[in-house]
Amino acid sequence: MSDADGFIGKSVLRREDRRLLTGKGEFVADLKLPGMLHATFVRSQVAHGRIKSVDLSRALESPGVVYAIAGPDLAKLLPPVPDTQLSLPRKWATRVQHKFLNPQQPLLAHDKVRHVGEAIAVVLAESRYLAEDAAELVTVDIEPLPAVVDPELGLGVDSAILHEQYDTNVIGDFEVAKGDVEASLAKAPHRMKRRFYHHRYAAIPMECRGVAAAHDERTDTITVWSACQVIHWLRREASTVLKMPEARIRCVALDVGGGFGVKGHVYPEDLLIPFLAREVGRPVKWLEDRHEHFMSACHSRDQTHDVEFGFDGDGHLLAFRDEFIVDCGAWNPIGSGIAYNTAVHLPGPYKFDHFSVRSRIVVTNKVPNAPYRGAGRPEATFAMERVMDLIAVELGLDPAVVRMRNMIPHSEMPYHLGIPYRDGEPIVYDSGDYPESLRQALAAIGGLEAFRERQRQARAQGRFLGLGLGCYVEGTGVGPFESATVRIDPSGKIYLAGGACPQGQGMETIFSQIVADTWKVDPKDVVVALADTSAISIGFGTIASRSTVNLSGAIYNASQVLQKKVFAIAANLMECSPVDLELRNGAVGLVGVPGKELPLARIAKAAMPGWENTRPEGVSAGLEETAYFQPPTVTWAYATHAAILDVDVELGRIEIEKYVIVHDCGVVVNPMLVDGQIHGGAVQGLGGALLEELTYDSEGQLLVGSFMDYLVPGASDVPHMELKHMHYPSPLNPFGVKGVGEGSAIAPPVVIANGVCDALSHLKVEFNATPIKPEQIARAVWS
Amino acid sequence: MAKSVEIHLKVNGKNLVGHCESRTLLADFLRDHLNLTGTHTGCEHGVCGVCTIFVNGEAVRSCIMLAAQANGAEIVTIEGLSAAGQYHPVQKAFHENHALQCGFCTPGMLATVIDFLKTNPSPTEPEVREALSAVLCRCTGYQNIVKAVMEAAADMRGESKVGALANV
Amino acid sequence: MKPASFDYYAPTTIDDVMALLKRHGSDARLLAGGQTLLPMMNFRLATPEVIIDLNRIPELAFIREAGRQVHIGAMTRQRALEFSAVIARDLPLLHEAIKMVGHLPTRSRGTIGGSLANADSAAEIPMILQVLEGEVLVRGPNGERTIPAAELVLDAMTTSLAEDEMLAEVRFPTMPKEASFAVEEFSRRHGDFAIAAVAAMLVMKDGLCEKARIATAGVSPFSSRLRAAEEALEGRPVDPDAIERAGEAAAAAVEPVSDRNASEEYRRHLTKVLTMRVLKRAADPSKPH
Repeated sequence: MSDADGFIGKSVLRREDRRLLTGKGEFVADLKLPGMLHATFVRSQVAHGRIKSVDLSRALESPGVVYAIAGPDLAKLLPPVPDTQLSLPRKWATRVQHKFLNPQQPLLAHDKVRHVGEAIAVVLAESRYLAEDAAELVTVDIEPLPAVVDPELGLGVDSAILHEQYDTNVIGDFEVAKGDVEASLAKAPHRMKRRFYHHRYAAIPMECRGVAAAHDERTDTITVWSACQVIHWLRREASTVLKMPEARIRCVALDVGGGFGVKGHVYPEDLLIPFLAREVGRPVKWLEDRHEHFMSACHSRDQTHDVEFGFDGDGHLLAFRDEFIVDCGAWNPIGSGIAYNTAVHLPGPYKFDHFSVRSRIVVTNKVPNAPYRGAGRPEATFAMERVMDLIAVELGLDPAVVRMRNMIPHSEMPYHLGIPYRDGEPIVYDSGDYPESLRQALAAIGGLEAFRERQRQARAQGRFLGLGLGCYVEGTGVGPFESATVRIDPSGKIYLAGGACPQGQGMETIFSQIVADTWKVDPKDVVVALADTSAISIGFGTIASRSTVNLSGAIYNASQVLQKKVFAIAANLMECSPVDLELRNGAVGLVGVPGKELPLARIAKAAMPGWENTRPEGVSAGLEETAYFQPPTVTWAYATHAAILDVDVELGRIEIEKYVIVHDCGVVVNPMLVDGQIHGGAVQGLGGALLEELTYDSEGQLLVGSFMDYLVPGASDVPHMELKHMHYPSPLNPFGVKGVGEGSAIAPPVVIANGVCDALSHLKVEFNATPIKPEQIARAVWS
Repeated sequence: MAKSVEIHLKVNGKNLVGHCESRTLLADFLRDHLNLTGTHTGCEHGVCGVCTIFVNGEAVRSCIMLAAQANGAEIVTIEGLSAAGQYHPVQKAFHENHALQCGFCTPGMLATVIDFLKTNPSPTEPEVREALSAVLCRCTGYQNIVKAVMEAAADMRGESKVGALANV
Repeated sequence: MKPASFDYYAPTTIDDVMALLKRHGSDARLLAGGQTLLPMMNFRLATPEVIIDLNRIPELAFIREAGRQVHIGAMTRQRALEFSAVIARDLPLLHEAIKMVGHLPTRSRGTIGGSLANADSAAEIPMILQVLEGEVLVRGPNGERTIPAAELVLDAMTTSLAEDEMLAEVRFPTMPKEASFAVEEFSRRHGDFAIAAVAAMLVMKDGLCEKARIATAGVSPFSSRLRAAEEALEGRPVDPDAIERAGEAAAAAVEPVSDRNASEEYRRHLTKVLTMRVLKRAADPSKPH
């Protein structure tokens, strides 16, 4: 029975849990198909080189091997990954000066290898064990070329070129600006320059990638199961590569063990595995192992920013100019996405008129760079939030005070930023109160003055406490669209199919809450089908904190149309006017007359086509509606993170004494789930700040191959976090929601940097790069 | 032939005999030969803890144990944790506290937590965090897992749950 | 990441192990807890032709009080040591250090013999063997021999055991009742191998340090006692000056390695800091044991 208050806003426990808690989930690794073969890849151990030959002969003789193919032969059969993931909306393209080159990655390397880990050949065998035995017998002859490892050196005229059809390693270049930065810098009372570096790290979900495929000869259709966040994209690309209509391809994501963006685009393996299944006539499964994951699943971040900023004596930021380079790795699957996100998120919650940013995306001989939780925003926030603290230190002001002075006041919302978002629309911070989030964060750490007093006293006793602040705004719910099909089942239950692809967010639960409130049913009476191209034929997928916004909007749009129809049919049956009807308790009832109602099952029956139908004139058969929600533009979430750090200067170790997050994602559908997203993102952010690092040597050898090298934070490494919520509803979608999936990963790196600098302010040290490691702190102190 | 083995073991209360290669990892034996896919592998080098199961009543990483070594052993996997359709108190606490998101690490978390609570039925929060550091989770940030473990521990000590149920 | 193929044997007596080692020589690896060997095999960094599984030999797992010593079978699980009343009472330093070794699930399988035979530079158990001046009993084709702690490890991951020998037992002198001790480890995350760790045991008499035993892990290629630091304390009161001098002597005595986790200079610095912290804790009479 539905509560009068509805289900949105309630911490409904998750329906996903039962199967996941009892070992009955189904991840792609669990899929077993009759006659299934196991694939393993032969991957380059060289960062850059020309492939002279690949010898598969010994592998083909190895026990249990059924098939093997290498890049040079595959290139004759299949095109590279299609161009269509690199989308530049026309509106954006006409507003932003840009130049992009798009080298398209072949499904297996054939002419050159361009990073350690790039796949050169694939072997299919009866078991993964046997496939790995065979893969060891493949010999590859590669003529090494100099590796491009430093993107700045990659800009040089003498640099080796990765993609020789171009004469450059710069595959993306754009500029965005407002006001007159040069003039403003020239006359600013204070002017400073700094370089900020946000290092390379990655999503590293606990489930690696995986793809299985089967070709059904009877219907000439292919089913692809992939641990993927964008199964409709996969179908589109597979259609091109396999030369089959989308109608003959079904793409499904089963349970996905974390995505965080790294599973948010179509990889070569996603297209090669279905090809092999069709070619060999047996189902094929490939499971990426962890060692492979580090060298072939996309990395992220890795940006160098050269910032110059001007400010006045009161700490008002006047001008901000940034030239930054993205170390893109060998390929660029998502095009400008990350870099442009960075560019427009630089201004943050601050009010200033003169801004310019130029970004260059540079290829290097490393694993390709693709979005990871935050997708360019952590890098931007790092730069601007360090600038806020640097201004404060320069002027002897409190960093919190400098931020307050610069923040867009609530009275000026909605605020027009003056530059376009990547959908091409002018950025408008639609709702929120940034100064209030900072005020609440400061209150939550016990008050600014009280902390400064504690800090003074502690320092006198040789203890070093620091306050780290990180404020950001975040464009969420980006378009172009999401799709929903809403159908009233003959049982009276509501069926929802949508284009979203969950990876742990609890979507089955939250969308059942939304449908429940929309139709006045219990969430248990909502059947949810996601991540399946057979359930809904057009869809977009889950990236960029967009699914709650966009799928809820699509549900609303579909339901609006469907409800009109339901009321028309009910009115006909109840001999009244549709305006006298309301939805209640899984039925349509006469307003003010309890008991006079028809259950939805009855309406569904009445809507059936056929001779005995009881539909009114002009109402078509069936009770199903598919609709799309195309958001006008992004809706802006925001937060302030504040932390009190205790720095052990002898060891260089940081203890996080307190970590608070004041967060606004508008209307909250399920508070418990939103909190879970915030916890998870913040811990990933702390991991990036302190522990996680993907490093290469000067020859392009990846120095990280296991969890011994890549330090994912454990429960003892992160603090308890205190969460506070603000709720400015979004005016841009029917439910007033904003995205929350990525946000809390944005601030932690700069919170740590600012906190350490604050703790050691007596030494006037600066930490302008991540990660921040104990040895760096110890050295800063002892030198 | 020393490259293959026959093993006799008890899994989730059932006695059975298995045949596999001597190199078959216990995790793979459970998943592929017994179709108990509830046990997951996250790294195959014994660091992430996702593959943790019970061997002779103790939490063990199944990706770095050979199936051959399980000869004569009593194994309990996630599929064997709940009895007669009832959640184990730890499973119940995980559900009520949103201590899982994608669920991939959950089998390893459950085994690790249940074993830990046997050795320390009244842990402090730092002790819980230390025990949980045996398993990596990328989704939850651990906070709700800690809460769930403290609650499960109280529940298993026979203490009533402090505070109201999640409001539904 | 699946291991390469191998022949598998699970002998039930030490004599059977000796016979297998004799027959297969360097083609064979002994499998103890597997927490180190199996990961290497899964990476195919180790591809032994033969695996000799030691887990079926009951006579290799035991904890015994033997006069003024504690005798521990090589296959005794780290978990058994953690919960042993004998260890807690007679070797409290080992009791404290064992909780730093990996995590409870790895201690369910990991063994004391495996850790000592592996001799990882950053492992805690070899460090404790040095501080407590233990010895190992080794079985070979010609019988048994004893190797004292100081002669067990030659270099990083290299012991003085011959190819056809097996570590069978570890023996520790029972710690004096009046001994004080401490161990501190610095690692990036809890449960990781140490970047630097220091363990110390002090025996005081009439306010003076009668005996000091100090060793490190993670700093140098292998654990050894820091005699210079010990000498800075012996015969003196363990006051802040003595602790400072011992810290400096420790830092000077080690040969720190440089790797992606820490530079030589930083390890040397950590050695001093951790030595001083350990000694301060050990010297503090109010410290609870």
